[in-house]
Amino acid sequence: MQSALVVVIMSFIVFSGVFLVGDPVEILVSDDADQEEREMMIKSMGLDKPFLVQYGIFISKAVRGDLGDSFVFQEPALLLILDRMPATMELAVVALLIAIIFGIPLGVWAGLKPESLASKSIMTGSILGFSLPTFWVGIMMILLFAVLLGWLPSTGRGDVQIILGMPISVFSWDGFSHVLMPAVNLALFKLSMVIRLARAGTREVMHQDYIKFARAKGLKESRIILVHVLKNILIPVVTVLGLEFGGLVAFSVVTETVFAWPGMGKLLIDSIGLLDRPIIVAYLMIIVFLFVFINLVVDICYSILDPRVRLEDIKS
Amino acid sequence: MSFSDSPTLEVKDLKTYFFTKGGIARAVDGVSFSVGRGKVLGLVGESGSGKTVTGFSILGLVDEPGRIVSGEILYRGENLVSASMGRMRELRGLNISMIFQDPMMTLNPVLRIDTQMIEAIQAHEKISKDDARQRARDVLGQVGIASPDERLRAYPHQFSGGMRQRVAIAIALLNKPDLIVADEPTTALDVTIQGQILYEVQKLCSQTGTALIWITHDLSVVAGLADDICVMYAGRIVEQGSVNSVLDNPRHPYTHGLISSVPSRNRRGVPLAQIPGMAPSLLKLPKGCSFGPRCPQVTADCGIIPNISMLDKGRQLRCHNPLDALVSPKLKD
Ligand SMILES: Nc1ncnc2c1ncn2[C@@H]1O[C@H](COP(=O)(O)OP(=O)(O)OP(=O)(O)O)[C@@H](O)[C@H]1O
Ligand SMILES: [Mg+2]
Repeated sequence: MQSALVVVIMSFIVFSGVFLVGDPVEILVSDDADQEEREMMIKSMGLDKPFLVQYGIFISKAVRGDLGDSFVFQEPALLLILDRMPATMELAVVALLIAIIFGIPLGVWAGLKPESLASKSIMTGSILGFSLPTFWVGIMMILLFAVLLGWLPSTGRGDVQIILGMPISVFSWDGFSHVLMPAVNLALFKLSMVIRLARAGTREVMHQDYIKFARAKGLKESRIILVHVLKNILIPVVTVLGLEFGGLVAFSVVTETVFAWPGMGKLLIDSIGLLDRPIIVAYLMIIVFLFVFINLVVDICYSILDPRVRLEDIKS
Repeated sequence: MSFSDSPTLEVKDLKTYFFTKGGIARAVDGVSFSVGRGKVLGLVGESGSGKTVTGFSILGLVDEPGRIVSGEILYRGENLVSASMGRMRELRGLNISMIFQDPMMTLNPVLRIDTQMIEAIQAHEKISKDDARQRARDVLGQVGIASPDERLRAYPHQFSGGMRQRVAIAIALLNKPDLIVADEPTTALDVTIQGQILYEVQKLCSQTGTALIWITHDLSVVAGLADDICVMYAGRIVEQGSVNSVLDNPRHPYTHGLISSVPSRNRRGVPLAQIPGMAPSLLKLPKGCSFGPRCPQVTADCGIIPNISMLDKGRQLRCHNPLDALVSPKLKD
């Protein structure tokens, strides 16, 4: 219920926001077109009508799954974006996995031995990951690994295979080598975040009486860390990461641009340049849907991980 | 001395200090006692006197910034102070177990009760999950938890404080240890359950020869349960001996004060005596006898820490001016 309301409100904000940004006609109509051609063009795109009417038309079509046709490609905006979505999702998922697979062990390690040199270096690294701008790191990575060392390709997506009806590239070496650099680039920020969350969680949990009691039972240290500590710190990590996944998709705009990754972020940037309104609106609407959906999934995961939260509470 | 006569646990001149920023807190400062097979030792004293730290020292669970500085903890003749981490892990939960003071905090909130019980068994023996669960169920029943089968599948937040404490007690009993350190285990329980737990524990001690260190504020529990008693004050044992002789005839003014502050049927209507003042901070202990400033018998001698004097029947005392038998109130009856 709440989610539906969020979507409706967002649709209005998005639509009016884009409406205010600029007049696409100036860009789309060629300079030598005469007044008549101009008017025809405006009419065909529905731009002659008042704002509220335009919004009404947009909504009535949107509920039927039609978010309008791209001014540039003359194709349904939704299809254009969905076409690019697997590439972006793949990038985001690989980045998320990198953040989890490296972030949790590093963070737990840093939390267990806060005074050690290794954990201090981890923490310094995570501050860098937080503060360096993504695009700059991306360019440096290209310089180092693609230009100077020549280990990894700098742009594009490489081989893709169709898996479950979606084009995926990580399963071939060529595809993997293409995805690696942009995914690491996109992951850096989240990686730093996971490290900090896992470290803070570990330090807090290690001081709890139940950890001491687990020791008093004679459990091995490995079981204490892998079961007693990990299960507790997963709660905040999963919550925050889940909510941040939407951000990962949205922020991939920068990474996709730097690495010329053919995802929906790159399509968005191109469309903004051309003021291709339907695509911009459709993109933002998809992101809104994604956030709402992710919220739901996170709540469900949360209730699985934390027995104190029950599913009934979330549904209400 | 034959093997079976030797005490299960012998603590000799144990010192556990906390090296804090504000100075050294001598939480346990030269404590000695022993517990034999099937015996119950009551460890009493005010809040902050070092009872819990003594218990943690025995299990090797003293956390930073604390450390066992010197002394010996002999478990069946083996010195635990110098034992390896691996050896301590083997002993913990199997031979020596502990019931913690705060029942709300001892169980992991995100793990089911069965997980937390079964892992305690499987840490020490190769046993199938089903057999371990069976044993966990039986022990839960022993400590008075109704429908243990269902309860095993629950999470700690679904239990009341008293039930959590019983689960913690059950976990301590799971492997039938030789020694249990019970840190105020029945404070959170109502009188009937307390009686049931005391009964189960006494049965265990007499049947399997488990030795018990029972830490408490409650002198009346000690009176009914313990064989021997140690009275702790600010990290030191000020008086120890058999329960009857100490409670009937306390010689240390602190012990006397503790006993007088217990309500009793015989002294109804008489206002309860209280020990004046507050327990001192370990970082700012008075010179000499730590109890001096609160002691009605204090003299100039008390500026020097009194040595332990041995009285008859194994009684020990740390006092320059002990009380004699006549002024002592009776706790029993
Ligand atoms: N982690 C620590 N850091 C510094 N000092 C500590 C720490 N743990 C315990 N102490 C010191 O040890 C003293 C004894 O504490 P302990 O927990 O053994 O008291 P207790 O006799 O069990 O009291 P209570 O009846 O309240 O449980 C405390 O007064 C405190 O000063
Ligand atoms: Mg205590």
